[in-house]
Amino acid sequence: MISVERVCFWYSRGATVLDDVSLTISDGDVVLLMGENGSGKTTLAKLLNGLLKPKSGRVVVDGLDTREHSVAELCRIVGYVPQNPEHQFFAENAAEEVAFGLRNLGLGDKEALDEALSVLRKFGLERYASTPPWQLSGGEMKRLSIASVYAMQPKYLILDEPTIGQDAKQKKALIDLIFGMKAEGKAVLVITHDVEWASELGADKVVLLSKGKVIAEGVPEDIFFNYTLLKSCNLVPPVSVDLYAHLSKRGFSVPRSLDYGVLAESIALKLGGSSVVSGSI
Amino acid sequence: MPEPIVDIQNVTFKYAGSSAPAIVDVSLQIKRGEVVLVTGASGSGKSTFCRLLNGLIPHFYEGEFSGCVFINGVDTRTIPVYVLSKDVGLVFQNPDNQLVSLSVEREIAFGLENLGLPREEIIKRTEFILKYFGLDRLRDVPPYKLSGGEKQRTALAAVVAMRPLLLVLDEPTAELDPMSALQLALMLSQLREMETTIVIVEHRLDVFTPLATRILVFSEGQLVRDGPPEEVLFDSNLSSLGVSTPRVVQLQLKLEELGIKLPIKALTVSSLVDQLSSAVSSLDLR
Repeated sequence: MISVERVCFWYSRGATVLDDVSLTISDGDVVLLMGENGSGKTTLAKLLNGLLKPKSGRVVVDGLDTREHSVAELCRIVGYVPQNPEHQFFAENAAEEVAFGLRNLGLGDKEALDEALSVLRKFGLERYASTPPWQLSGGEMKRLSIASVYAMQPKYLILDEPTIGQDAKQKKALIDLIFGMKAEGKAVLVITHDVEWASELGADKVVLLSKGKVIAEGVPEDIFFNYTLLKSCNLVPPVSVDLYAHLSKRGFSVPRSLDYGVLAESIALKLGGSSVVSGSI
Repeated sequence: MPEPIVDIQNVTFKYAGSSAPAIVDVSLQIKRGEVVLVTGASGSGKSTFCRLLNGLIPHFYEGEFSGCVFINGVDTRTIPVYVLSKDVGLVFQNPDNQLVSLSVEREIAFGLENLGLPREEIIKRTEFILKYFGLDRLRDVPPYKLSGGEKQRTALAAVVAMRPLLLVLDEPTAELDPMSALQLALMLSQLREMETTIVIVEHRLDVFTPLATRILVFSEGQLVRDGPPEEVLFDSNLSSLGVSTPRVVQLQLKLEELGIKLPIKALTVSSLVDQLSSAVSSLDLR
């Protein structure tokens, strides 16, 4: 379990970025962390693996207080994939990029490379094994950065804006990956602005951060259907919620669901699911 | 017939060291005032397409280039990037790659200084743009201290200040919160009113579809779809090309599978709601 306890943080001589933030990530949890630009999401993420240390309060990862342990120690437990992938690349090709972390975990050269290739395959990047990372497209770089952290099999994975540059198929694959980790009892914290993807993720809970404070925490249905809350974090509701609200206003009742399949079926049922809705109506 | 702003003729480009071409035999024209949304799977050639438009290919990226790209009638091979950049403003996927100054205000003035504009004009345009993009209160802040969304807004503002003929945005909402993304769409729709020609590369089509006049879909370097949003997005094979169609469209495609076809193809929630509620009230009347 990761426990963030009444944490305050500010950068040197700057304004307070996180103000009395408390949060728990339990084993097997998929947690969404959302909020407006500059709300402190990335800072919070960096506190979880010890890259930053709290100015007050504490962060405890599986019983380890991050102030007393090095990043090197903590990053074996908490894997962090930053928002801008090019900040982390340094190897001469994609396979070496992934193999580097594995070697640090003590795997032999060949073993590390074999494992790296298998992880690249999982992320649809096998054809780039010998390509320099900076020759990949933006979306592919993002996947490579996730792959290189995922390969180390951290117990907790933090993904900062993982859907940037990802197409529909890759976004679906990302959900499968996250739930694969959950099934193994691992926890994933996802920071994202991609409301549509987030609403379809099926997270255990959503945490809303605004101006450095946690302003709400709850199940996705409760958070995504709350216009006022979303607006206060510069978020807009997913289309499913917008449709629900607008249709209800017109007396067309549909279920309160984030699932487009459920919405479509209920609408079809209401309209008789018959033929073409005539152009004259 | 006015000359197209962009005229691409049979262009193929393969990056040095790469085994397959990133763009394969692409031909198209873009006319003044068009708002073109470019989409496709990751690695399909979208960013390469952007680099063709401002001459970074073939001038900066090494590789094998064939065909011709004309911007406002000029062959990009014959003029250097810095000359082309007066006509083509590119906003990168990652704003860190383009912010160079020590304050937001300097960032906006920087491009104008490079255009060689008189001092008064630089001040006038900078003030206007700072207000227009809501950057006034951040004018003295160094770009590296801005949040992702503010950086992206600054990058866009600096490019728009130069009044390019063609504005190219490569995944502009990548770092933006949804409300800022909608605000960006609003700003772009205002630029559209001013007849700016805009090319937007995006995976998240929900935000920009309502202002697009045309959608291009790339797959493995080839241009595989090109048409108005209603025509391109309602193709049920689109998801196999890695395109995330807007949820409003997905819902209508699901409804069609269930036997409900609406008279008008809706691209916005309000248009969809209008049609569904009139459909249900006509049922009630029967």
